[in-house]
Amino acid sequence: MLSVEGLRSAYGHIEVLHGIDLNVSSKEIVTVVGANGAGKTTLLKCLSGTQPSTGGDIRFRGDALTSVPAFKRLKRGLSQSPEGRQIFTNLSVEENLRLGAFLFTDERVDKDMEDAFQMFPILKEKRNLAAGGLSGGQQQMLAIARALMGRPHCLLLDEPSMGLAPLLVAQIFDVVKSLREREVTVLLVEQNAFGALKIADRGYVMETGRITLAGAAAELIADPRVREAYLGI
Amino acid sequence: MDALMQFIYSGLTVGAVYALVALGFTIIYNASDVVNFAQGEFVMLGGMITVFAFDAGLPLPLAALTAIVATAAIGVALNKFAIEPARGAPVVSLIIITIGASILIRGASQVIFDKQLHRLPAFSGDDPIHLLGATLLPQSLWVICGAFAIFIGLWLFFTRTLLGKAVLATANNRLAAQLVGINTGFVMTLSFALSAAIGALAGVLVTPITLVSYDVGVGLALKGFAAAMLGGMGNPKGALVGGLLLGLFEALTAGYISSQYKEAVAFVVILAVLFVMPQGLFGEKKTERV
Ligand SMILES: Nc1ncnc2c1ncn2[C@@H]1O[C@H](COP(=O)(O)OP(=O)(O)OP(=O)(O)O)[C@@H](O)[C@H]1O
Ligand SMILES: [Mg+2]
Repeated sequence: MLSVEGLRSAYGHIEVLHGIDLNVSSKEIVTVVGANGAGKTTLLKCLSGTQPSTGGDIRFRGDALTSVPAFKRLKRGLSQSPEGRQIFTNLSVEENLRLGAFLFTDERVDKDMEDAFQMFPILKEKRNLAAGGLSGGQQQMLAIARALMGRPHCLLLDEPSMGLAPLLVAQIFDVVKSLREREVTVLLVEQNAFGALKIADRGYVMETGRITLAGAAAELIADPRVREAYLGI
Repeated sequence: MDALMQFIYSGLTVGAVYALVALGFTIIYNASDVVNFAQGEFVMLGGMITVFAFDAGLPLPLAALTAIVATAAIGVALNKFAIEPARGAPVVSLIIITIGASILIRGASQVIFDKQLHRLPAFSGDDPIHLLGATLLPQSLWVICGAFAIFIGLWLFFTRTLLGKAVLATANNRLAAQLVGINTGFVMTLSFALSAAIGALAGVLVTPITLVSYDVGVGLALKGFAAAMLGGMGNPKGALVGGLLLGLFEALTAGYISSQYKEAVAFVVILAVLFVMPQGLFGEKKTERV
């Protein structure tokens, strides 16, 4: 479904992705784990088109994506819940969700919104409040729900567990796991390697702009190198 | 009593013009957080182009339409050639760019048109209407109704349409707007076209009363800005109420104190708002959590 080959990207003259190879098949949950500053966010931004790539190829459902502007990529089926949530703070929770389905005007929009409220009941309670007033965890839920409103084939999640209390982290990971039943393909980027690998089918380990390890999630959890570097075991 | 009524009518008429200018500010501000100080120039262009097209023999409605379309195109050009290339610059720099653009437009108009005062015939004649002991020009009704019509249109646009929400979303978080599929470049183009068209319409409506010359834009931008501040920047309801209130303050000051102090009213309002309630009458306090 998604394949990345030799992807490079730079901020000014400083290259931070030095040729990333990665692929995600339909209905998989794939995770990219790595420490602070490894380039995970930059990779996702290249995929969603909000950061230019300087080399390599991105193909999604058969089409080259590199030259497609960011705002057209959701129409192709690629949705992103970005780092830092990036919700519309001045708009209400409901308006945020409605805008997630900006591309659509059919009846399914209402149904999808009900689904979102079922997934995160707290959002229904706060539907008319300004999204900027939500707690960090609620904002994260809103960011994921908004990304799902766009009816993605593939959802890119950037550190959904960041800054959340352990109980909320577990809830968010449960939701990500449940996307399997909705047949949404997931590419999950995390510093919380253990949590991410536990729910993923496959994983990649990223270090300073390079993929250093790849494999089935269960194998990676068992790998001594991963255990030492990321799981603190 | 009759004198008071007369002051109220004239206050509402100029207030409606300020409201139209303030409504023009609203759209660009909502899309980009930029206060476009060239908004007064759009009003001037609306009046000037209509006058010259009308004098060239076009019927008045067609002349007005030409002016509105041409001004909208100039608004789009302003965005394309001055604002868009500076994307990413701080909002203050963008505001300074709009001030530069207003000077350029004024200079160009002086050369292309002339330095004379021009007028247009009133749309529905000049016979005053007697109402509640005072008189009102039919053209004043045109201006007041125009302001209300534009207000209702904009209010519906921002609260009821998905495109209106997309404009608000673009201002709030451009990156996220792109992620949900909004073409933010188009939103900006649309905002400048709409703002400029509303400004031009104000110019068309008011020229039969106040006349127009190449330099009327500066004062109007300032008054419109004061009105928008008073009502709360970015809120169409605020723009309308702020405009009407400012017009009334001015007319009552001129009537009961001295017309010399009239021009100071806008400055007093700006200062008072900044000190007492920076978010204006209807402005929302921005809530943000990091
Ligand atoms: N806007 C930017 N300008 C310049 N350098 C940047 C910018 N954003 C990130 N970088 C640099 O690029 C590298 C990769 O950053 P990136 O944010 O992609 O890492 P990350 O893996 O997402 O980290 P984290 O887990 O902290 O989110 C880092 O060295 C970072 O300092
Ligand atoms: Mg990151």
